Amino acid sequence: MKHILSVLVENKSGVLSRVTGMISRRGFNIESLTVAPTEDSTMSRLTAIVNADEVGYEQITKQLHKLVSVYKITDLTDEDAIERELALFKVSAPPDRRHEIIEIANVFRANIVDVGKNSLTIEATGDESKLEAMEDLFRAYGLKQLVRTGKIAMSRNSKD
Amino acid sequence: MMNTLTDKLAQKQLAIEGKPLGPGSHTEHEGKTMTGAQAIIASLEAEGVDTVFGYPGGQAIKIYDALYDSKKLHHVLARHEQGATHMADGYARATGKVGVVLVTSGPGATNTVTGIATAYMDSIPMVVITGQVTRGVIGTDSFQESDIVGITMPIVKHSFLLQSTDDLTETFREAFYIASTGRPGPVLIDIPSDLQGAEMVFHYPDSVNIPSYRPTYKGNAKQIKQATALIETSKRPLLYAGGGIVSSHACQELEALAEAMQIPVVTTLLGKGCFPSSHPLSLGPVGMHGSKYANMAMTECDLIIAAGARFSDRVTGKLDEFAPNAKVIHIDIDPAEIGKIREANVPIVGDAQGILGGIVAQLEKSGATPVDAEWVETVNEWRERWPYYDDQFNDYPNQIVPEVALDELSKQLDPDNSIVTTEVGQHQMWAHQHIGREHARSFLSSGGLGTMGFGFPAAIGAKFGCPDKQVVCVAGDGSFQMNSQEMATAAINNTAVKVFLLDNRALGMVHQWQKLFYHERYSSTILDPVPDFVKLADAYGWEGERIEKPEDVAPAIARMLASEKPYLLDVAISPDQNVYPMVAPGAALDNVIGAIDVTLGAVRVNGKGVGKKDEKEGEE
Repeated sequence: MKHILSVLVENKSGVLSRVTGMISRRGFNIESLTVAPTEDSTMSRLTAIVNADEVGYEQITKQLHKLVSVYKITDLTDEDAIERELALFKVSAPPDRRHEIIEIANVFRANIVDVGKNSLTIEATGDESKLEAMEDLFRAYGLKQLVRTGKIAMSRNSKD
Repeated sequence: MMNTLTDKLAQKQLAIEGKPLGPGSHTEHEGKTMTGAQAIIASLEAEGVDTVFGYPGGQAIKIYDALYDSKKLHHVLARHEQGATHMADGYARATGKVGVVLVTSGPGATNTVTGIATAYMDSIPMVVITGQVTRGVIGTDSFQESDIVGITMPIVKHSFLLQSTDDLTETFREAFYIASTGRPGPVLIDIPSDLQGAEMVFHYPDSVNIPSYRPTYKGNAKQIKQATALIETSKRPLLYAGGGIVSSHACQELEALAEAMQIPVVTTLLGKGCFPSSHPLSLGPVGMHGSKYANMAMTECDLIIAAGARFSDRVTGKLDEFAPNAKVIHIDIDPAEIGKIREANVPIVGDAQGILGGIVAQLEKSGATPVDAEWVETVNEWRERWPYYDDQFNDYPNQIVPEVALDELSKQLDPDNSIVTTEVGQHQMWAHQHIGREHARSFLSSGGLGTMGFGFPAAIGAKFGCPDKQVVCVAGDGSFQMNSQEMATAAINNTAVKVFLLDNRALGMVHQWQKLFYHERYSSTILDPVPDFVKLADAYGWEGERIEKPEDVAPAIARMLASEKPYLLDVAISPDQNVYPMVAPGAALDNVIGAIDVTLGAVRVNGKGVGKKDEKEGEE
């Protein structure tokens, strides 16, 4: 099953390869990955989606914990977490069909960020299912390019 | 020289508290302005390092220049960086202290890779210092540049690429702390040569604070109670002791538990010596070349108390038939080992010494009585039925038999004052079976990585760490040739190591597999012609002798051990000798090939469990 791993690491060069190297060397594939500094600039937050069974997932987290550069690992899979991803769609859009595409973007509360002679670029944020639904719709018009960031996630902790 | 158990426990406590084993800030260097290179040497002195193994080169020249002035550090110049790394490893295994390696950038650094991987797999504390090209040219493919931090990432416990002299002393303190605490391991510090030349003020930290690294030492009290309850109700418990017993200095606690409850003990290759071979409860090696009786005990037991052992595939054999009726108590300082291979009924993360001590105390408190004697009696019956070797089993008349030769070596060694190292292969397994060891750190062997070429330099390192001990490397002709250049290192330093070379002119272990599983197709395993090892010994200024007759074994071993010089004893054996007993790769642990069954008149038998003999091994 898919696990969302939120890993707090030292913000130092080489740490990303320590973490990803550890996961791949133990035989697991990272489906998506995002990394950026946190509110504390000495630390980075790494969010990875990894496909593993329970035993495999336990191995990954235990092995990651052993890395001196890793502070904390949170599993956001079963938690009530806020998950977001950002995507940019470049959709084939001859002038006569632009209107329809803009309509779709509006329904999904997405933004038009660039307009070309025969294309529109749409920026959207949301969870996986929303972005996949948009992708399906845009494919009907001709999807020229798609870039997704990979997921970021945060626990929805009302106590904070 | 810190050698007694009390000293070792004091060292362990200092390490846990994050304090250097040496004088720390209390050296004459403190507060002085010096170059980065001088600060590296001063840091090693602050850590109490007395011996460094290495090899110089362009990007380490400044460090070597600073080393020239040190009165406290003894530098051992190896003849190859791999040799230096294994020497530091052998030194660390023999003494319990951190082994230190110093090499240059590029090929100097890449030559340490096998040595680092060896130490990593066997959890040996080591600090490897590599020179690096100047910061300005890193990443430009400059001369002798290699990304050693990147290359070694999967095989180090941690590594540092030093970016500023401001971090230098703190980095050294952290490196020694990380290497020697928790589950020990190698730590690499890569130091660009411009930093080695930069001026700085030397201040050595006496403490360390790494928020992301906090190894658990104290075992959970509730889990210790649960473990105790399991032990009390077990009818056929078995202690499975590994390298963790050695690194946590838990031998006394292990013995106390075994004796209090009358629990037999099997040991892994890394754990050898942590429980005395001569102890009536010792079942010795278990696994692929373990005895049939130890493997039977593992299969038939109802409780495994695994302490500092990791259920290696060489121990378990086929996993779904491994110890089918056993519950498991798994004690390990590395939480990732627990549940990795075999699920634990009672997992206990922490230091084996404290945890085993806690279990013993808890058992005493609850007035537990020893396990029913029937279990030990059964195991002892197995032990008598399936010995490793029997003198009636005269399969190679008029030739030297490795089992007999190693029994003789074992007999002539003073178990209280000797260290045996091994290379990797048949001779290693024979040594594991036949060399009796009474103390931890007296049998050094590459277990996890199985590194041919390890044992000889490791013996040199062990001899530097324990100069008063007799150090013997049991080698094969294949392995020995992998690092034989270190004969020069031993000769120049008059390091009186002894090489007991079981010479079958073949890569015996692979040859054995080819014989048993690959239809005797001996692809690339015949090494003949090998060099004349006695002449080789002579060329390096060693003493040496070759023996071919069984009656020469005992006197030749006596001559070797009596020599005060490095000494090579070339012992001719047949390439057709196989290591038995054996569990075929992928077979169940009690499905043993070639165990001698004395109830059938000392013949080798194959078969699973206690069953009848299935077929006779076809060796005449």
